[in-house]
Amino acid sequence: MVEVRDTERDLYQLRLRLVIAMTLVLVCFGVLVARFVYLQVYRYDDFHAQAEDNRIALVPAPPGRGLIFDRNGVLLAENVSAYTLEIAPKRAARLEETIAALSGIVEITARDRQRFRRLLEDSRSTDSVPLKVRLTDEEVARLAVQRFRFPGVEIRARLFRNYPLGETAAHVIGHIGRISQEDKRRLEEQERLSAYAGSTHIGKVGVELSYESLLHGQVGAEEVEVSAGGRIVRTLSRQPPVPGANLVLSIDVRLQKLAEELYGDRRGALVAIEPTTGDVLAHVSRPSFDPNLFVDGIDSQTWQSLNEDPDKPLLNRPLRGAYPPGSTYKPFMALAALTTGARTPQDTISDPGYFQLGNHRFRDSKPSGHGTVDLRKSIVVSSDTYYYKVAYDMGVDRIHDFMKPWGFGQLTGIDLEHESAGILPSTQWKLKRFKQKWYPGETPSIGIGQGYNAFTMLQLAHATATLANDGIVMKPHVVQSIEDPVTHARKRTVPKESYRIPLRREYLDLVRGAMADVNRFGTGRIAFANTEYVAAGKTGTAQVIGIKQGERYDARRIAERHRDHSLFMAFAPLENPKIAIALVVENGGFGAQAAAPIARKLFDYHLLGKLPKDVSEDLLPRLLDEAELRDVPESVEPEQVGEPEAPR
Amino acid sequence: MIDERRSLWERIRGHVLVFDGPLMFSLALLVALSLVTMYSAALDYDGRLQDHVRNLLIAFAIMWIAANLPLQWVQRTAVPVYLLGIALLVGVALFGDISKGARRWLDLGVTRIQPSELMKIAMPLMIAWYFQRREGARTWADFAIAAALLALPVWLIARQPDLGTALLVTAAGLYAIFLAGLSWKLIAGGLVAGIAALPVLWSVLHDYQRHRVLMMIDPSSDPLGKGFHVIQSTIAVGSGGIWGKGWTEGTQAHLEFIPERTTDFVFAVFSEEFGLIGNSVLLLVYLLLIGRGLVIAANGANIFARLLAGSITLIFFTYAFVNIGMVSGILPVVGVPLPLMSYGGTAMVTLGLGAGLLMAISRQRKLMQT
Repeated sequence: MVEVRDTERDLYQLRLRLVIAMTLVLVCFGVLVARFVYLQVYRYDDFHAQAEDNRIALVPAPPGRGLIFDRNGVLLAENVSAYTLEIAPKRAARLEETIAALSGIVEITARDRQRFRRLLEDSRSTDSVPLKVRLTDEEVARLAVQRFRFPGVEIRARLFRNYPLGETAAHVIGHIGRISQEDKRRLEEQERLSAYAGSTHIGKVGVELSYESLLHGQVGAEEVEVSAGGRIVRTLSRQPPVPGANLVLSIDVRLQKLAEELYGDRRGALVAIEPTTGDVLAHVSRPSFDPNLFVDGIDSQTWQSLNEDPDKPLLNRPLRGAYPPGSTYKPFMALAALTTGARTPQDTISDPGYFQLGNHRFRDSKPSGHGTVDLRKSIVVSSDTYYYKVAYDMGVDRIHDFMKPWGFGQLTGIDLEHESAGILPSTQWKLKRFKQKWYPGETPSIGIGQGYNAFTMLQLAHATATLANDGIVMKPHVVQSIEDPVTHARKRTVPKESYRIPLRREYLDLVRGAMADVNRFGTGRIAFANTEYVAAGKTGTAQVIGIKQGERYDARRIAERHRDHSLFMAFAPLENPKIAIALVVENGGFGAQAAAPIARKLFDYHLLGKLPKDVSEDLLPRLLDEAELRDVPESVEPEQVGEPEAPR
Repeated sequence: MIDERRSLWERIRGHVLVFDGPLMFSLALLVALSLVTMYSAALDYDGRLQDHVRNLLIAFAIMWIAANLPLQWVQRTAVPVYLLGIALLVGVALFGDISKGARRWLDLGVTRIQPSELMKIAMPLMIAWYFQRREGARTWADFAIAAALLALPVWLIARQPDLGTALLVTAAGLYAIFLAGLSWKLIAGGLVAGIAALPVLWSVLHDYQRHRVLMMIDPSSDPLGKGFHVIQSTIAVGSGGIWGKGWTEGTQAHLEFIPERTTDFVFAVFSEEFGLIGNSVLLLVYLLLIGRGLVIAANGANIFARLLAGSITLIFFTYAFVNIGMVSGILPVVGVPLPLMSYGGTAMVTLGLGAGLLMAISRQRKLMQT
């Protein structure tokens, strides 16, 4: 009986425990249901978004970069398709070993490696970095066969920026380069970084930099469905990129090339401007460099040699090189004297060959003096004494106030970055700069374009163009029009006049006539012998080193780099001027010797189409005929080899 | 002739109609859900659906055989099966194959087996047998002996290391001990001791096991590593919403965001495609299965039958709960399959055997009543 009761009690206890267990089961399932409701109802939107985010990736489609032409349609910057060997450092197993193994297949030079290392430091970690660019077809074939051995190594067809004319106009066109960390930061500040998704290059200098936002175009996007491994399953939608605008420069690249040839090995800067429009026809900086070197990262050796070259080939001289204008300043000083009433055309001085101020003697370049000098003669013979006196009589601030509207010592506002302002001295400037007052003894030198005066050739050319254009100031520019890459509709960038400098016609005619006489009877007469047009000009010679009191300048005794700079400013023809030029030949000696002949030959070419005897037509970039003009290459989208990889 | 034929049917019908109706019904529903889910989950795996069907058929055959076994015979095999299991576990420890850093498999030349899987059935079998023997004269010492019988294989499995299986075997033994009438005082004491032992347990855990526990607490701490499984399966479940994305339309599943989508994480595929509604249906089917199992246990012919049926049913529940809890991110990632839904042969055999034993117990009771 006891046993039976025990058995019954056991059974009862077991069943109770089974009920408890069932309760536990229900509680646990209840927890699961609560979790499902939380995940699938309460937080559905969140998880739905996350799942979509997993599924859909946006792959940027970089736009094709706009092309650059000169004013006559000569191609200056183009996009060429070529293959590159690239390594994605994140996915490549061991970088050094991979490169070593690859060099067994294609030649990888020490420069390639150096450049690769430089780019690696400066690139985003997810980027693939080019190891060797512009592969030959044979190299592509060899690599393609072996590629499976190297994870993270890719052969890609990319569009390369190519500058077919190399050094010619390099400082105007500039170049692009790979997007650096610094570029990235700048884009981030401008909130334009998203526009560069998928882009690898950006304008670094020249027009490529200043018109970057137009040339770059708008990035497109492809919405794709991707697997967890990043494999693209299908394309959901596609927004094509908008290619960048083409630029038509105001530069006449044949004139540009001719000017560069005329410089030869000499250093210097030259700017030619069309006075009525402000079109910059030539912008020469010598020596120059090959912008193609920079496109895909320059190796450190070449970079160092360019950067440390005493001739400074990378320096944009017309834009950033400030020179004392020397005697080329005199026509402007003459106008200043006339307009402010400091001199009348008839006022004369007797030039003994010096100007005495206290016990300091300001010497004339002609020790014996020019005799009786009036304003016209002062320009034609380039009398220093006349302008020492004018300057001294006017005072530095009146000179400054007259010269400022001409753009001397001011930014011209040209469409190129990093322009230098130069120095147009005044008492206020000196106080600010040196915390010193202006001494009257510093004024006479100002009158002959020496002293503190330091202007760029762009400023001098701009002022010359303004002089030729009756004082109507046109803002200088190197881009003439912007072309829509699809419709080819062109929009001119040329603005209306900036402002007018009030000048009396008779004074203008007097000064310009005197400048024409410079080339007929004066310092420019040899260079401008037998011209078929009337050219107005003024030579200048700027001292590089000071010459002690009582000492004579002797070119032969002075080191080449300490010789005077040779300057010239001119415009032609006298009536309805078509071209205004300012140039400097560094350490070229007298302006009449080195600089003036260059201007003469450029005028001959620009106005008459005449080339100098020693320059052959083949040397200049060929102009396209009508059929070719219509057939210019269009911006194209970059293509990729193989399957593109989506960003994770 | 007619008589003979009838007698033939009479003779085999006892072996054919061994199935418990309600149990069979819920199993059939599960198999249907399983096939539908596996079809979608295995779309990119050639032959996996066929293999799954094959496994289901094998499980069915095993279930049928087990359902036919006389309970007395089953009771007699308890000790030899348990001893065999221990022997195999020792064999694994000495000669086992190492896979993924753990020694779990034993190569028998013909096939590779995972002896720890066998212990999931052998363990409750042994404890149920022991308490049947001590029927009517149970003392606290019997519970101590049962605990010792449990501790030995758990220790052997835990040191493989295979924490998931060790926990499941522990659970299987504890269910039997609990149903046998372990006093509440001891249960309370055990819980307190268990909680107190957590730091000790933590110190003996392997790094990857600790990692998994930490991952469950905060999966986002390692989104691309170990946390990836849980984060992505949780997204799959959540993005399923109320109605689900539709059969074969799960983006998480088909774009390879769910690792192990045919095995341990198959529930993520199911949940993404069928949503809250599907989940509820699945839980109801499991509930039906578990409820019927517990009823069978309550009506068992003797202590052995009752304890065995109760433990098997509760293990079944534990599988389902732990797996779903893991996939939906409330339990750590342990290698526990979802009963009948996950692809995998060994677990399927264990489940078939368990279901068969439940049916044998149910049939025994009916035989006794008639």
